[in-house]
Amino acid sequence: MVNETDARLSEETPSFFAPRRKQLLLGRRAIVASTFSTVLIIGGLFAVFLLAPGGATVRHFFFNPHDMWQSFVGDHRDALSSVGLGLLTNIWVFLVAEVFVLTFGLAIAWTRMTKSPVLMPFRILAIIYSDIFRGIPVLLVFLLIGFGVPALQITFISNQSLAVYGCVSLILTYSAYVAEVFRAGIYSVPHGQLLAARSLGLTNATTMRRVILPQAVRTVVPPLLNDFISLQKDTALLSILGVIEAVQAGTIYQDLRFNSSGLVVASLLFLAMTIPLTRFTDNLIARDRNRRLASS
Amino acid sequence: MNEVILELDSVVKRFGDNEVLRGISLNLHRHEVVCLIGASGSGKSTLLRCVNLLETIDGGTITLFGQSLTDVRIDPDKVRRHTGMVFQSFNLFPHLTVLENVLVGPVRALKRKRSDVHDEAMQLLDRIGLRERSDEYPDRLSGGQQQRVAIVRSLAMRPALLLLDEVTSALDPSLVGEVLDLLRDLAHTGTTMLIATHEMNFARDVAQQVVYLDGGVLVEKGTPEEIFSNPQHESTRLFLERVR
Repeated sequence: MVNETDARLSEETPSFFAPRRKQLLLGRRAIVASTFSTVLIIGGLFAVFLLAPGGATVRHFFFNPHDMWQSFVGDHRDALSSVGLGLLTNIWVFLVAEVFVLTFGLAIAWTRMTKSPVLMPFRILAIIYSDIFRGIPVLLVFLLIGFGVPALQITFISNQSLAVYGCVSLILTYSAYVAEVFRAGIYSVPHGQLLAARSLGLTNATTMRRVILPQAVRTVVPPLLNDFISLQKDTALLSILGVIEAVQAGTIYQDLRFNSSGLVVASLLFLAMTIPLTRFTDNLIARDRNRRLASS
Repeated sequence: MNEVILELDSVVKRFGDNEVLRGISLNLHRHEVVCLIGASGSGKSTLLRCVNLLETIDGGTITLFGQSLTDVRIDPDKVRRHTGMVFQSFNLFPHLTVLENVLVGPVRALKRKRSDVHDEAMQLLDRIGLRERSDEYPDRLSGGQQQRVAIVRSLAMRPALLLLDEVTSALDPSLVGEVLDLLRDLAHTGTTMLIATHEMNFARDVAQQVVYLDGGVLVEKGTPEEIFSNPQHESTRLFLERVR
């Protein structure tokens, strides 16, 4: 009955064993393989660092324990700034900035999405704002605000410390980004949620506050934390305004003692700040993913 | 017959060039159940959305309790507080518990005190056998349970009229029964309902009036007996044959 030309199914018994080389990576051997490759790669990187022609010089100029400690504590008699104390400036700047960024970001996102005719001019302003501050490099914002605003000679506004102008620059830039994150979060809430809320007779504002935003915020927490990690790092830009924060203190040490270990100390301190947040963010993402996989 | 509470007169709705409602006229009386039947895309859902002002109409008039909904002075939120709507996809709020889902309308839209509404809400949940699960989140419930909560969420607003948009279409066949039983129960206690449905036996049981839509046109309306046993139009006959 079988039509010879149409019978395309194989009559052979297939073999499912992997070829010998691939077998080395299967089952328990996988652990051996991963250990071996880890040791090889990490060891290789260390070897490059230790055996490089300038390895000894780099160790002396960047990783000198004495200079690392000296730059960390500083020396006020010698006008030598402390990298450790400098970091406190980075910390207050990003803490203040984060609070404002969250508030402004949400306000901008909200303004861009309202349909109220009264808010029309604000909507246009919000769009222009987002375009401008997402488009200008942070570095330029720092320079323009840090040197431009004092030159305006307006009482109070023009008399602030340079750290404040740096903080304001970060707030201006990051609010634009965070507004977009919030907007994406709001759009990610299924349309049916809006329909259900409105059909209950909830006003537009109540729907936003009680139904849309609580769900949107949940989805945007990981990307938001990513932006905050980035914000924490960008406090280093305060140094270009001459603010003595961690990086600037490291640079001063480098200029006075001809040793760059202070910059490594600053890097390590930044890592100590950002790694907990990075790990926390990754955990949140993993947990969110597991929850979604479990519920579907 | 009770008084007419909803009156549709030559309602027209377009999405761009696509005319989805082509002059629909229909009356709904208090305590009456009207079922809209017709193929997907015939305009059943759009019609319901227009009554709830989730869509604006492009022609004709919709009159609810003697007030024209096309009047610019109408507040859509107030209209919606009196016309409950239940969707095919439940649309329960996933971040709120079952009880909070039921409370959110009365508390946030009607500004009633939570403590005042609480007992009412629990009674409603009791009615659908979910009192014990009031503190759980919707994703812990089956589809049928979620849809019953969604119906109760609308009822908590004490609407004058309930709009139901294919509320069993997204359910497993085994869960359809429990939702239809609740609707039958509501019909017997005099709830005024406008129901878009594909469940013909259900429509035959509960409706006082069955309306057949095809391509945005109201082809035929009548008692279930008239529509199901003796349809006057060829397209009604063909549709009923196909769904049987």
